[in-house]
Amino acid sequence: MSAMLEVKNLGISFGGLRAVNEFNLTIEKGMLYGLIGPNGAGKTTVFNLLTGVYKPSEGVVMLDGENITGKSTIEINKAGVARTFQNIRLFKQLPVLDNVKAGLHNEMKYSMLSSIFHTPAYRKVEKEMDEKAMELLKVFGLDGFADVAAANLPYGEQRKLEIARALATNPKILLLDEPAAGMNPNETQALMDMICFVRDHFDMTILLIEHDMRLVSGICEELTVLNFGETLCKGKTAEVLSDPRVITAYLGN
Amino acid sequence: MSFLSYLINGISLGSVYAIIALGYTMVYGIAKMLNFAHGDVIMVGGYATFSMMMYAGANPLVAVLAAIVVCTVLGVVIETIAYRPLLEAASPLAVLITAIGVSYFLQNAVQLIFGSGTKSFQSVVSVPNLKLADGALTITGTSMVTIAASVVIMLVLTIFVNKTKAGQAMLAVAEDKGAAQLMGINVNRTIALTFAIGSGLAAIAGALLCSAYPALTPMTGSMPGIKAFTAAVFGGIGSIPGAMVGGILLGIIENLSRAYISSQLADAIVFGVLIIVLLVKPTGLFGKQIREKV
Amino acid sequence: MQLVEKMKKATRRKQMKTYGVVLAAFVIIEILSLTGNLPNILAGQLVTLCAYAIAAISLNLVVGISGELSLGHAGFMCVGAYTSGLFTKCMQPVIPNSNVRFLLALLIGIVAAGVIGFLIGIPVLRLRGDYLAIVTLAFCQIIKNVFQAFYIGLDSTGLHFSMRDQFSIKMAADGKVIASGPQGITALSRDSSFIAGMILLLITLFIVQNLINSRDGRAIMAIRDNRIAAESVGISITKYKLMAFTTASAMAGAAGVLYAHGFATLNSSAYDFNKSILILVFVVLGGMGNILGSVVAAVILTVLPEMLRFLDAYRMLIYAIVMIVMMLVNWSPKALELREVYTSRFKKKTGKEA
Repeated sequence: MSAMLEVKNLGISFGGLRAVNEFNLTIEKGMLYGLIGPNGAGKTTVFNLLTGVYKPSEGVVMLDGENITGKSTIEINKAGVARTFQNIRLFKQLPVLDNVKAGLHNEMKYSMLSSIFHTPAYRKVEKEMDEKAMELLKVFGLDGFADVAAANLPYGEQRKLEIARALATNPKILLLDEPAAGMNPNETQALMDMICFVRDHFDMTILLIEHDMRLVSGICEELTVLNFGETLCKGKTAEVLSDPRVITAYLGN
Repeated sequence: MSFLSYLINGISLGSVYAIIALGYTMVYGIAKMLNFAHGDVIMVGGYATFSMMMYAGANPLVAVLAAIVVCTVLGVVIETIAYRPLLEAASPLAVLITAIGVSYFLQNAVQLIFGSGTKSFQSVVSVPNLKLADGALTITGTSMVTIAASVVIMLVLTIFVNKTKAGQAMLAVAEDKGAAQLMGINVNRTIALTFAIGSGLAAIAGALLCSAYPALTPMTGSMPGIKAFTAAVFGGIGSIPGAMVGGILLGIIENLSRAYISSQLADAIVFGVLIIVLLVKPTGLFGKQIREKV
Repeated sequence: MQLVEKMKKATRRKQMKTYGVVLAAFVIIEILSLTGNLPNILAGQLVTLCAYAIAAISLNLVVGISGELSLGHAGFMCVGAYTSGLFTKCMQPVIPNSNVRFLLALLIGIVAAGVIGFLIGIPVLRLRGDYLAIVTLAFCQIIKNVFQAFYIGLDSTGLHFSMRDQFSIKMAADGKVIASGPQGITALSRDSSFIAGMILLLITLFIVQNLINSRDGRAIMAIRDNRIAAESVGISITKYKLMAFTTASAMAGAAGVLYAHGFATLNSSAYDFNKSILILVFVVLGGMGNILGSVVAAVILTVLPEMLRFLDAYRMLIYAIVMIVMMLVNWSPKALELREVYTSRFKKKTGKEA
């Protein structure tokens, strides 16, 4: 049985700058995995490589036994990788409900003719979409906001909506880029519970980038630490966090 | 020989485009707006020069200087009243549409004052034509002055932008308005200065354009305006050498295709070349590539 | 799910309002016309009004819904107008029924404009923002110029072309000139009518409103709001940008057919940059993404200059000032702030009195 996500020797350069070098990662199904490191260490670049925003200069990415290296963002999403963004990227003018329904784009389909004539097929699929989307919104306590424009949601709720939208694409693995950024301790605690709930409820594999050490040590089972594009160390959360190299990288000498 | 003369006429026409394009490109670089009324400022420059010479009997140089003053003031007034309140609007289209409104306004105001009939413009250039190769090749005085003027203007502008404090402020505002403000640069004044310079250049372009093509109407500025805008994009909008190269290339392409392919299709060819350039190099010849951060 | 039902109802109400306003306008104009009370200024503009409204709606699909600035929409009108005009001119003696002829002309214009829109869209939609704007402008100019350069004649052996003048077409003795370069097509049968325009307008509204409220429309708007996020949920940027652009081009083609067949002379110089801008002004003043707004703005801004005729020479000047002032009042952040303050004060007052 192969791992859910297997990354071998991933690397990319921008001009002369080596942004990520010899990055290796193995995540088993159902695992909650953390990617940490100081600012500018290349964490988001790893996400962009995994999701096809950047094409890797070298290395291989295997998703559940399927090679997705160098594929387009769209193909990679269809293969089963969904993500959120560090700087929230919602469909701002669309209502909350439609944000999630846009996530269902490739899950539930009908033809363009059905779009124009609002055929019975349109009505049937739209109804299924509404139900599925509301179900997802309910998980995140957003069902009461369904008709609100995404831009008008409070900040914390926007982060949740991004997760709901990502889940709507029915992924095998979910990548969360700093989900707790800008949240207060109470909100972060609620978010931690929610991430664990998503993992259990949807049987999801999750890879997350985070600076909040309370969240990382609280829910991640394993960690990889990046520093200047290199893997500093990896392993069980408790061991990694007590590693002197990690402490130096974060706090300096 | 005829090829050479077409080429020189092309360079001369291109030099006018280049001067106009400089105004477009500077305004775009700093205010991130397409000033569709720019072509009509050229037309106003033409009428100002014309009136000074016809009605006030001024010497051509004085007339052009007066036109520069008129257009500079006009540019600043337009910027302050019509554009500045909209630079922070929710959609960049707002200021674009307002610019179109200003363009209609200028055309119709001039039409009210001077009538819609064609005025025959008396050339501001008194340099004699140059005959070369036993008269087989004639270079008009207007051509020579136009080309020289555009080169001088570009050099002066480049020095101004790179060596003076006001020029540096322009670069800073173009790069990042917020940061420039924090550095103590008066952003509004810098934008106004850019409009002033661009509009002053438009006056010169107007006088030179009408000297070469003496039929002056309220619509005179509109087509050269669009072509100069094309030239600015062609060279990479926001870039001073880009505007210069784009303008001159455009003039050459236009004149040569008018001469050798079809005068009916010359404009189509010019725009066709623009499209090809943009498809190969999406930000123009000298444009900066911007990558969106994810 | 109650909330979902509420949203659906709100959308339906909005759609019905659009159809309602358009139908009401139709009925009023018909009554005025039947009772002989329709002002002459308006009577001559009815087909043009419908054509402009259709063009504005279709451009709104590109600018408001898809979020791309196009400055060349008149170019697609031109394709529709010219291809259908050629057809009508050739078929005038062959198909005597003007309705059948117009329907066929319409189909030809729509397909031609749609195909051209698709072909232009493939390379061009990779560009963004102002660069897309200038390229669409360039295409519009090219289309106009190319049509202006052609001299076309028809004789018993078929169509003949020339790019020099109408004497170089080289036809048999029975040939006649169909299109003569910059003069365009003359003595064209005026096949379009207000009713045809109204039907086309309603069909356009139906297609656009339904499309917006569907999976495809959602994808198009998602790309507008955030293309990177749209890709991340598996939405193809190229496919949906092209879908919006091609649909809009085909509709503009229909508007062109309608417009051209309202006059006896068809000249491609009527479809220049200024017409593209005029349509864009309808869209922006009517509200981007607001379909009914596009229709209303198209009607008001077409009728307004006619109504201002008594102002004589000052007419267009005042039109320009109105345009500038409307933009400042509707879009400037400061003006919006002031409006907010006054409306809230007004509400407080009326609230107290009640």
